[in-house]
Amino acid sequence: MSETLVIDARDLHKTYGARKVVDGLTLAVTPGQICGFLGANGSGKTTTIRMLCGLVKPDSGGGTCLGMDILTDAQKIRRQIGYMTQRFSFYDDLTVTENLEFVAEVYDMANPSQAVAGILERMSLGDRADQLAGELSGGWKQRLALAACVLHKPKLLLLDEPTSGVDAKARREFWDLIHDMAGEGLTVLVSTHYMDEAARCSRIVYLSEGKLVVQGTPDEVVQSSKLITYVATGANLDATAVKLRSMPGVESAAVFGAQMHIAGMDRAALEQAKTSPTGAALTWHEVPPMLEDVFIHLLSESKT
Amino acid sequence: MNGFSFRRFRAVLRKEWLQIRRDYFTLRMIVLLPVLQLFLFGYAINTNPKHLPTGLITADHSQDERTLIAALQNTGYYNIIPLDSEAQGEQGLADGSLLFVVNIPPDFDRLVDRGDKPAILVDADATDPSAIGNATAALAGLSNVLDRDLPPNLRSQPAVTPFQVVVHARYNPEALTVLNVVPGLICIVLIFSTLFVTTLAITRETERGTMENLLAMPLRPAEVMLAKVVPYIVIGYVQVAIIMTIAVVVFGLPVRGSVLLVALALGLFITSNLLLGVTISTIARNQMQAIQMAMFVLMPSFILSGFLFPFKGMPVWAQWIGQIFPVTHALRVMRSVLLKGDGFVAIWPQLWPIILFIVVIGVVAVKAYRETLD
Repeated sequence: MSETLVIDARDLHKTYGARKVVDGLTLAVTPGQICGFLGANGSGKTTTIRMLCGLVKPDSGGGTCLGMDILTDAQKIRRQIGYMTQRFSFYDDLTVTENLEFVAEVYDMANPSQAVAGILERMSLGDRADQLAGELSGGWKQRLALAACVLHKPKLLLLDEPTSGVDAKARREFWDLIHDMAGEGLTVLVSTHYMDEAARCSRIVYLSEGKLVVQGTPDEVVQSSKLITYVATGANLDATAVKLRSMPGVESAAVFGAQMHIAGMDRAALEQAKTSPTGAALTWHEVPPMLEDVFIHLLSESKT
Repeated sequence: MNGFSFRRFRAVLRKEWLQIRRDYFTLRMIVLLPVLQLFLFGYAINTNPKHLPTGLITADHSQDERTLIAALQNTGYYNIIPLDSEAQGEQGLADGSLLFVVNIPPDFDRLVDRGDKPAILVDADATDPSAIGNATAALAGLSNVLDRDLPPNLRSQPAVTPFQVVVHARYNPEALTVLNVVPGLICIVLIFSTLFVTTLAITRETERGTMENLLAMPLRPAEVMLAKVVPYIVIGYVQVAIIMTIAVVVFGLPVRGSVLLVALALGLFITSNLLLGVTISTIARNQMQAIQMAMFVLMPSFILSGFLFPFKGMPVWAQWIGQIFPVTHALRVMRSVLLKGDGFVAIWPQLWPIILFIVVIGVVAVKAYRETLD
């Protein structure tokens, strides 16, 4: 079983000072998966990714990445994975082509210039080839970083919040590329804060305070949450949401355009909120929770 | 696959070279800084100052006095300023406007003619002994200036001594400070311009966030370190060429030994500085820390090297510390090759300590290179 897993990490622990950043995390990712890594800021996503590529040594626990031990074979693992850091980490004072050529040479590729030309074409970076990386906009920088990460044809891609600060169109195109590559057999572990991105993952892993809270397909995660969600329409939604939030049993009340979602675990309490003087003015009906409702629920749960 | 890869080294080297070429400000500094420092120090440092302000207190203005004063002025060390009173002299010494006060007693001529050996009092401001040292030494030569005007029985008798002492001021007969300072200055200027460039090499990667990526790539510490040092060796030699040209053309520095030997010694010296810089850079967490650590190294090597103060004048423990720094040895090599014309055999005792330093610091640098973000 474990030979077929791309990532097979067991009981990872990492402590910085008194803070347990990763606390007994076990993670299994099968080939060709796009695994979404979710959780609040500081929940241990980045540290976990760094441990997988050998940049941070776990205090205890271990495992394999592409069948190689993350504690002892970091050097070998690095040649077969692509790691895209959260912060842009290529050289601003080098051009797009020069950055890519540098990466190709470092990974000892057989035909660097051909590989670079190929990736420029694939990522539609051709027009920017001779531009300094520092002069690129956020979306193009991110595309360059992705190009540099997949240039050496890795088997596993680790992406740490690759789309933060990038506009919606660029994000959409970025995810199309990731799906293309996953279709070709690449395994992807991607951390994100965006719910639309989480929904595009084949599997979701939710972390809180360094612990795995829930995992599965997006649908499974939604169902397993047992969250009850009602949608209301009517007047004065914003003011009502503020009042409802303070009622017992209402974990979240959020307005989306002309609708308001309220969610909670306790059906009776929610019913009470609906029929309370503030809620009675609105029209209510129950819906299956959205991924976002579930994550807000998980986030608020982890804070208490 | 864990060994040193020339290809990866070349890749980093090329990247570094591109970055250096595009950093116009630093490039200009690399050329301008040594030139500026050389001129500044070359002209500013003089351990044999002349024309020092000297107050003169006298009652008579007699003939012997005039002879004596003329002789004082002829030494070149004294700039005579007549004073009205002793109080004025005290005041001048106290506020620093005078370095010497010469007090000639009343009736000087008569006392001399009577053979009473009158005393001339010279008050000197000894707060900076090196400033007045040569000037006071020149006073000894004045004892016989009056001989011409005196009756034969009073003329100074040549001392009858059982042996003679003959001093030859070798390699620098005129005791020109510039000949002492410039060879050392070349080393000091180089340490400034080379230590700092690599001191920032790794911390810059860390602060720009590129280090994480560099670590995630299959690069070995030695490949990164060497690639960051080699371009600056080339630049260091450009600096050496500029500095040496100025030293020879402007300051009249003689080159009595082999230029190749100078190049070899300075090449080793530059390498040692660059490696030290890289080591600091790997240990420091940010650029500020790195600069502070570089200063921490720079000051003792500046002071204990024998550049400004005579090495042999330092206590033994300080000499031991001074011996650790490559600059101490590089300085001696420069003085001995340039001024004395020494060959390889003569300077080898100064070369191997630099080589040893390079080896040790190189190992430390590679060991200190953190391969993880912990």
